[in-house]
Amino acid sequence: MSNPDKYRLRRTMMFLNCQKPSLIKDPYVYKPDSIMLDLEDAVAEREKDAARYSLYHALQEIDYRGVERVVRINGLDTNLWREDIRCAVAGGCDSIRIPKTETADDVRTVEYAIAEAEREFSRPEGSVLIMAALESARGVINAMSICDSSERLFGIALSGGDYSKDLQVPISGTGVEFMGARQHMVIAARAAKVQCFDTVWTNLDDMEGFRKEVEVIHAMGFDGKSIVNPRQIPVVHEIYTPSEKSVIFAEKVIKEIETKKAQGIGVFTVDGKMIDIAFYDGAKRTIALAKASGVYKGDL
Amino acid sequence: MEIKKTAVAGTLESSDCMVTIEPAKKGIELELESSVIRQYGRQIRKVALTTLRRLGVRNARVSIVDKGALDCTIKARVECAAMRAAEYEGRINWGGMIR
Repeated sequence: MSNPDKYRLRRTMMFLNCQKPSLIKDPYVYKPDSIMLDLEDAVAEREKDAARYSLYHALQEIDYRGVERVVRINGLDTNLWREDIRCAVAGGCDSIRIPKTETADDVRTVEYAIAEAEREFSRPEGSVLIMAALESARGVINAMSICDSSERLFGIALSGGDYSKDLQVPISGTGVEFMGARQHMVIAARAAKVQCFDTVWTNLDDMEGFRKEVEVIHAMGFDGKSIVNPRQIPVVHEIYTPSEKSVIFAEKVIKEIETKKAQGIGVFTVDGKMIDIAFYDGAKRTIALAKASGVYKGDL
Repeated sequence: MEIKKTAVAGTLESSDCMVTIEPAKKGIELELESSVIRQYGRQIRKVALTTLRRLGVRNARVSIVDKGALDCTIKARVECAAMRAAEYEGRINWGGMIR
């Protein structure tokens, strides 16, 4: 089972409340890479049923123009999540986000329910991917086994609100309380070859603070950030746009690796830097980011 | 599907509609209020009636206050109100009764 969308570009994932038709009818105009259609925290308890009907028909009828459609289901400690999965899979979602993931078994439990739903609604096996939100100290500690839990899992995301509560610290705005979790999660995700996403920034009046935070998580190796407002999208995309210098270098690396491979040469230099096959994936990612950002017009 | 009690779904926010379904004895009575009734009234009625027929609702008094809802929202709100009014709590037949 191999889903080509597992490693798609996910710089921005915008949260949208399924209870609100005005939010889910045309979010593609803001050009996020993914949208997170929420059945969980954003939806009032007595509107859980209404949110599901809205979700199903939105997935069936709205053309989201290539934007990935991730559905956040209710927690595994509720009696809602199984029907959430049936609804999302029947509707045609691309991925399921598991909230409050603490163990690899949580992911496997959801994976089993997704596979059942794929059979019930005649979708190809493996067509629905999974991402896991880590929202507790236990979840973060178990990041490595969670990342390794399922072939369907494309990434993990830090959920800062619940995580800071579990740590018994307030959210400072400096990110100091998330330092350990962020570093640990990125390393685990990279070790398992899955993606890693940062938590939301909720202070919409402090766009400068938001920009600084995105610069930090970009430098740390995160693949993208969860977003709560369309205004945040261009900031993230700008920071994730590779520099002209790095795009030119990546292009040379890819072309040289392919040429030298055919000649049986494993190690060589590009612009004075020693290069081998280990640089290939990184260079490919730089080109993919450059294409998505509209700054690469080459032939790769 | 038997409508057992009065139930409401949706809101009066922009892009939404509020659907109220009540028990009735003979057929479907549909009342529609919309700022775009001249352009879309017929379409809204058609979507609502088709949805009710698919759900098997034969007798009900239905009121829709539309605030510019898309067809997918009208369907979702009618279904939700009907399911609540019928006190339906089983597994949902996604792709069958709901589509």
